[in-house]
Parts: sequence; structure tokens; C-alpha cells
Amino acid sequence: MKRNACLIPLYVWTAVFVLFPLAIVVYFAFTRDTGNGVALSFESFTRLSDPMYLGVILKSFKIAIISTLICIFVGYPVAYILARSKSKMKLVIVILMLLPMWMNFLLRTYSWLSILENTGLVNTLLAAVGLPKIRFLYNEGAVILGTVYNYLPFMIMPIYITLLKLDESHLEAAADLGANPVQAFLRVTLPFSVPGILSGVSMVFVPSVTTFVISQLMGGGKVPLIGDVIEQQYRVVNDWHFGSALSVVIMVIVLVFMYFINRGDVESNNGNGGRLLR
Amino acid sequence: MGEHILELSGIYKTFDGMDVLNGIDLYIEKNEFLTLLGPSGCGKTTLLRIIGGFLTPTEGDIFYKGKRINDVPPHKRNINTVFQRYALFPKMTVGENIAFGPNIKKWDKKKIDRDVDEMLELVSLRGFRDRDVTTLSGGQQQRVAVARALINKPDILLLDEPLGALDLKLRKEMQIELKRIQQESGITFAYVTHDQEEALTMSDTIVVMNGGRIQQIGTPQDIYNEPKNAFVADFIGDSNILCATMVRDLEVSFLGRSFECIDRGFGENTPVDVVLRPEDVVLNPVCEGSPCGEVVSSIFKGVHYEMRIDVEGETIIAQSTINCPPGSRVSISVLPENIQVMHKSEMSPDRRIKACDKVNLEA
Ligand SMILES: Nc1ncnc2c1ncn2[C@@H]1O[C@H](COP(=O)(O)OP(=O)(O)OP(=O)(O)O)[C@@H](O)[C@H]1O
Ligand SMILES: [Mg+2]
Repeated sequence: MKRNACLIPLYVWTAVFVLFPLAIVVYFAFTRDTGNGVALSFESFTRLSDPMYLGVILKSFKIAIISTLICIFVGYPVAYILARSKSKMKLVIVILMLLPMWMNFLLRTYSWLSILENTGLVNTLLAAVGLPKIRFLYNEGAVILGTVYNYLPFMIMPIYITLLKLDESHLEAAADLGANPVQAFLRVTLPFSVPGILSGVSMVFVPSVTTFVISQLMGGGKVPLIGDVIEQQYRVVNDWHFGSALSVVIMVIVLVFMYFINRGDVESNNGNGGRLLR
Repeated sequence: MGEHILELSGIYKTFDGMDVLNGIDLYIEKNEFLTLLGPSGCGKTTLLRIIGGFLTPTEGDIFYKGKRINDVPPHKRNINTVFQRYALFPKMTVGENIAFGPNIKKWDKKKIDRDVDEMLELVSLRGFRDRDVTTLSGGQQQRVAVARALINKPDILLLDEPLGALDLKLRKEMQIELKRIQQESGITFAYVTHDQEEALTMSDTIVVMNGGRIQQIGTPQDIYNEPKNAFVADFIGDSNILCATMVRDLEVSFLGRSFECIDRGFGENTPVDVVLRPEDVVLNPVCEGSPCGEVVSSIFKGVHYEMRIDVEGETIIAQSTINCPPGSRVSISVLPENIQVMHKSEMSPDRRIKACDKVNLEA
């Protein structure tokens, strides 16, 4: 009785801030404007079979997957070195890494623009030493760079936190049993850190699939992603029905993705090791 | 006698300016069961970790079959360890833990499979092969740790208080089991414990340590019957350690009386320590010529009674199958061969001895 009473605020919260907006999105997705009112319709979904939209969805996932992989391969070593370091500077470095996370997202991305644009820092330096300018911006690479830069800390942190919990004595035991440092890493450290990697993946992958700020700024509108299309439907074309249908589709795909990731997590994790999301 | 499989020479270890090991010289013979015995914090684990390669000594050398191995990393030493806190791999089953070493060494899969079963049998964990190690009790984990190390058939097995988490009965069983394993496999065991009884029952050689120094090395019989100093005597079993004066050869005086003994060569009127084992103190009805005292307490210990007797201000512990109730007066006697005379140790392990040093100085 009492326990249930305690949960009431949670139910209210979920209803107001999760279910209600979701219901509105679903409502728009499955309806159509008939001029004199709305009617149930699957028209928005049939429009999705247009190859252009499929292409955008595929590209969004491609960029998100590449960005997430880069985040793993860059973030893991950083997290590993940080977690194993005994340096007194460790805390300072961790805070420095987190600092951009506390800075406004737009601001962070704009700062990359000023570094990479044609008249930006890098190209000015290149010109100064007599080298030809390089076109960094407004292509897929730029969008990936922006995504990796923005979400890398969200990969490093969960891995770092998981690795902190790794018991030194397990590495000693591995060495004792004949494992060289590489074998000890592959057989002890890496399996132990899988939950951290999976947390990182969920924190990087989901926002990168749906980002539109990064693709607009770094891609200059030349690399439209699914987030851009949805945003356009709401703000420019004013077709909320189609925008909602796109959102629902993306949400379902992401949910399926997350289901598999979480299942891997449960399998590799028997209650120890860390995760940030649940 | 046997081949020296491992030699430690002048080992010092300092942690943040704190001396933990102060000049350890020790050799381990092939196939022996050697026990490092000492109180908590005396440096046993530190010494074992130096042998295993997890720590490098601040000073001194380690030789393995005559070769200096100070700089050889743990994974290249043919030495395995049963860690004090087991250090089992949490994401693996019991079987996977035990097979870790053989898998690294790429043994034949069938052999691994067979040996794992054999090991499980050995540590009485048949049927536990697929259990998650985190669901095991402390004692079961400890036995997995033993199996995981033993399967590698190392030249030396280091065991850091491997039976600490077991109840008395299982502990006794595992003591016998480990001893049997050691004798059958011919693996050299270096065993750490702070339980003197365990050390006495299992070891070929006991190394008594205190404060980062070796106090005495010897067989269990040597250590028990002829402790070299008051610390060893005190640490090995309940004993009465008394201040005494060696009057001349074959005569020692303590508790205000003169006793016949079998020791010589201490000089005349030399201050010494005397050890009397409780089981060697004979209680008699009061008679002239032997020290008398009053029984302060008497506790039934299963087979015998343990009595504390106040004699001339000293408390003497005696064991006897006949109970003398508290308050009764008895006199005590000791056979000459049961009086163990020792040089005074530079290191006084407890206050009792310091107090009695003072008496000696005043005398
Ligand atoms: N890494 C370390 N850093 C600083 N001091 C240490 C370290 N390892 C051990 N010590 C200190 O060295 C001393 C001896 O420790 P050690 O673990 O060898 O004792 P031990 O004889 O094994 O005791 P126990 O029976 O309690 O296990 C202790 O005072 C301990 O605090
Ligand atoms: Mg210890």
C-alpha cells in the first residue's frame, strides 16, 4: 500500500512528460489533414517508401554507427589510460575532459566552425606556411567529426567508471597464471569493461542518429540527416503528420537497436560492473 | 640436503619510508613444505609477493634455480599463487577460472577438460564446474583459487593464508588435503599463515617472522621444543616465559628457586629467558623446596584443565587432567629436560618481558 503510494509521483511524471507527448506524436503520425478536420490515415508512412527518405535514414544510421565506432576506438584508450593512471593530475584531466560537456552544445560546434572553415584557424595556418587550403567543412567527414567531438565524453565516462572498478588483483592473478599484459587485457580487462562500452554506445548512438544541429552546422545542409528532415517537417513545411511518422519510425528502429545492446549487456554482466543507463 | 629451488638474499622492502622487510635471507628446498609464520602485518604477504614477482625488493636478490630473477615479470615465472583474497575472475564460471592458466598456455582442449575435472575432484567441488564464482561461499572460492593455481603444476606454489575463511572442520580437512597434494605432486609449497597450529601440523620447515625479520627457521619440532627467543616461544603456543638467571651450567634459577636443567654454555650468573610449556608444568600438593602458588582460575578445555597459578607475582599456565579448583594452593615442578633456556632476545615481544627485564637489571 505505502510503497504504491510512493510511486504515484513517478506515475504522474511518466504520464505528463513521457506518455502524453508520445501519444501526441503517435496521433499525428497516424492521421492526415483533410482540409475540414483530421482523419485516420497511413499516408505518411507510405510516403516514407520514397527512396529519398530511405536514403536519408540509411545515411543517418551510417554516420551514427561510424561516429559511435570512432568514439569507442578513441574513447576506450583514453578511459583506460585515465583509469589506470596513478598520477595526481588525473582528476584535473577528467574535469578538463568533462568541461566541454558543460559548455553549450551550439557554442562547442560553432567553435569547430571557426577552426575549420575556409578562413579558419587551420587554413590560415596552412596558408601561412604556403600550403593549399583544405575544405574541411560541409561534407560527411565534417558531420562525423562534429558528432564524435560532441559525444566522445559520453563514451569515455562510462568506460572510465567501469574500469575504475576493475580489481588490480584480477590482473595480478592473470599474470600469475601466465598471461602477458596483452592476454590479460583481452581476457580480463576487456570483458570486464563491456557494460561500460555498452552504456557509452547507448549514450552516443541514440543522439547521433537524431542530431540535426551538427549536420546543419558542420554539414552546411549538404548532408541532410533524418533529424534535419524531421525538423524541416515541423518548422518549415509545417507537415506535423509526416514529421511525426518519421519520428515514430526512427524511435522503433532505435528501440530495436537498444534492445539488442541491452541484451548483450545483461549477458555479459552478472550484476557487477557499471552502467549508467537503465 | 635438497636442491635450493629459490634463494632470497638480503631482501629489504620499504613502502613510503616504512621498512616492511628488514634483511630476509632464506632458501627454499625443492619439494619442501615451507611455512612463513608470523603475526599480522609482519610482512608475510609482502615477502610472498616478492617471490611471485608482483613487487620488486628495495634491496637484495632473488635466485630461482641459481638464476637472478629480480626483473623477471610474474607471467614468466613458473610460480603460481593462491591469493589471500582469492582474486577469482568474476565473469567466469568455476571451470573457466580453473582453466584460465591452461588456456593461456594453449594446452590440448581434451587435457584441459580432464584436468579441470580432476582438480574439482581434488578440492571436493565436483558438480560446481558451471557455477558462477560470485555465487560461491568464501570457503568454496578459496578452494577454487587453490585448484586454479595447482592445475598449472608450478615448480613453487605460493599460498597466502589459503584456509583463512574456512570453518574449523573444513580447515582441518583441507590442511590434510593440501599436505597430501603437496606430497603426491612433489610441488614446493611456500605457505603463509598466522595460525601456529596449522604451521606445526603441515610444515617441513617453519620460518617465524616478526617485524620484517626472520626470528627462527627450523622444523616444527625445533621451533616448538627449542624456541630461539621469547618471541618465538610466545608465538608458538601458550607458554610461560620467565626471566631467569643461569647460575652455572646445568643450574638455572627462577621464581625464587634454583632448578636443575640440561643447558650449558651460557656462562655464570647470566640473565636468560626460560620457557615452560603448560603441559610440562607438574602440579603437586604443597611441599617444601618447590615454588608454591595459589590457583587463580581453572578452565575445562575438553581433554584437560587449564589453570592459572599465581606464583611469587608471576602467572604460570599449567595443563593437567586433574582439576585444582581456584583458591587451592599447589606447588609446581618441572623436569630438567622440559626447561628451555634461551638467550634474552633483543626484541621484546610484549610488556611482560620488558617488565621482567627490569627485574633482572635491578637484581
Ligand atoms: N602497497 C603497500 N603500500 C604501503 N604499505 C604496505 C603495502 N603493502 C603492505 N604494506 C604494509 O606492510 C606491512 C606488512 O604487510 P603484509 O601484507 O606483508 O603483512 P602480512 O604479514 O601479510 O599480514 P596479514 O597476516 O595481516 O596478512 C603492513 O604494515 C602493511 O601496512
Ligand atoms: Mg597477508
